[in-house]
Amino acid sequence: MSSAEPTRRDFLYIATASVAAFGAAATLVPLIAQMNPDASTIAAGAPIEVDLAPIADGQVIKVFWRGKPIYVNHRTKKQIEEAQNVDVAKLPDPQPDSARVKPGHDQWQVLIGICTHLGCIPIAHQGPYDGYFCPCHGSVYDTSGRIRQGPAPLNLALPPYEFLSDTKIRIG
Amino acid sequence: MSGHPTYQPQSAFMRWMERRLPIGGLIYSSFVVYPTPRNLNYWWTFGGILTFMLGVQIVTGVVLAMHYTPQVDFAFDSVEQIMRDVNYGWLLRYLHSNGASMFFLAAYIHMFRGMYYGSYKEPREVLWILGVILLLLMIMTGFMGYVLPWGQMSFWAATVITNLFSAIPLLGESIVSWLWGGFAVGNPTLNRFYSLHYLLPFVIVGVVVLHIWALHVAGQNNPTGIEPKSEDDTVAFTPYATIKDSFLLAVFCILLAWFVFYIPNFLGHPDNYIPANPAVTPMHIVPEWYYLPFYAILRAIPNKLLGVMALGASILILAFLPWLDTSKVRSGRYRPLYRQFFWVFVIVCVGLGWLGSKPPEGNYVLIARIFTVYYFAFFLVILPMLGKVERTKPLPNSIAESVLAEGKPIGAPAPPPTGAKA
Repeated sequence: MSSAEPTRRDFLYIATASVAAFGAAATLVPLIAQMNPDASTIAAGAPIEVDLAPIADGQVIKVFWRGKPIYVNHRTKKQIEEAQNVDVAKLPDPQPDSARVKPGHDQWQVLIGICTHLGCIPIAHQGPYDGYFCPCHGSVYDTSGRIRQGPAPLNLALPPYEFLSDTKIRIG
Repeated sequence: MSGHPTYQPQSAFMRWMERRLPIGGLIYSSFVVYPTPRNLNYWWTFGGILTFMLGVQIVTGVVLAMHYTPQVDFAFDSVEQIMRDVNYGWLLRYLHSNGASMFFLAAYIHMFRGMYYGSYKEPREVLWILGVILLLLMIMTGFMGYVLPWGQMSFWAATVITNLFSAIPLLGESIVSWLWGGFAVGNPTLNRFYSLHYLLPFVIVGVVVLHIWALHVAGQNNPTGIEPKSEDDTVAFTPYATIKDSFLLAVFCILLAWFVFYIPNFLGHPDNYIPANPAVTPMHIVPEWYYLPFYAILRAIPNKLLGVMALGASILILAFLPWLDTSKVRSGRYRPLYRQFFWVFVIVCVGLGWLGSKPPEGNYVLIARIFTVYYFAFFLVILPMLGKVERTKPLPNSIAESVLAEGKPIGAPAPPPTGAKA
């Protein structure tokens, strides 16, 4: 039977269905939220401090932050010059070296050591530019961490970091 | 079950599906137009509630499994990490632990309903036995789940229950070390309990499918215990049973929510917040409330092997109920003498539960023994005798008559009277 006016039953059906729909959505919230990083994982991802004093001229160290390998490279004068004397426009991912270091700290290069191709860790002080070389598929990065040859599309990424003093940085 | 409409798919997509995998038709005939006795009361809603609770336990369980570590050095801490660090972890854990209690509460109510109204009688014997199998699976699953947090109660419950099997003559010790995977409850035990705890709920799902199938073949029982005779006796499952189930489900969920949000640890034992210590047994080892009646029966018998056998028998005897009860009348509504013994039985079960939480000393032991005797006597002596000696009340002629005419005959009662009554 259908009537022109909505009946009490229609109202009840629609009200019940609305509450049920709201309830179903509310149920999904914790089920989906629980897969997000939990409080201890977020706490473990807090910023770290790295002491630069022990890192000799030309030395590279690798630290971990948020599960990612980070290269802290004390560049030599030669490496800095080679990084700066480049026709930026001809690079596959154009970016001047000055945009990849902190002002007044040209010798310190802090990069995320993950190849922008498919995620392997490139090896430091390797390849034709004495920069980084990824053994997985042959991507070549220069002393500024910029992609020069190979299948990687982008320069090596920079983590968020700042200088607390001339000999200490905080990453994150 | 003839004469009710067949599924007519409205959309082109459903017509396409129906030709290939007729799920639409199956759901339609099983849960939409399925003829349901019109006189079902709220005690009939617990099957649906149980299915819902099974879903709740599986969903919360799978999600908890994403954060739990089944290794003796990490298990307890991983549960605490769920409670403190995982987003909504506290909610999921309390839903799962209190959900288990509510699952058993609904199961016991469902079973008492079956016993009162004779739902186990012909032709529903297999349906009932599948239910007993489901109870056994639930008991096993709940036990293994309780071990996983690796608290003091977890560890010692595992030790006590696995040690029950040592009562078996000859093979007992080998069986126990086979269960343990070692010389005592330890990491191998925890790992295999985790695996089986994840597996068994899906076995339960399979047996539930068989249970619902067996139900639909025989049709629902109803409070009068007499079978539907005409279309007047039944209504379509949807919307009548669907709405009734949904309503009590909502009330039931309020009860669950009450525990989860206000008293989440009320039903648990505080000793399980102490990490397992194999060197120290807690003063009072008690299982969760839903195992207490069986625990009381176990402890009531002073002999180790006989106690274990009594424990097993107290559950398995349920499977024989269809044949132990000799009454030709199905529903307790028309069996006044049976009703009295039934309610005593319910009190005995609850009493055994209470006794199971008490230390096995003094008067508690005496009463537990008396109650245990009644428990078994109910099945083995009272039920077989009752069917032969009791006087039952007259049954109504049909379900419709009992509901619509309040017991007065509709149309011509059988046998037909001398006068005509249109």
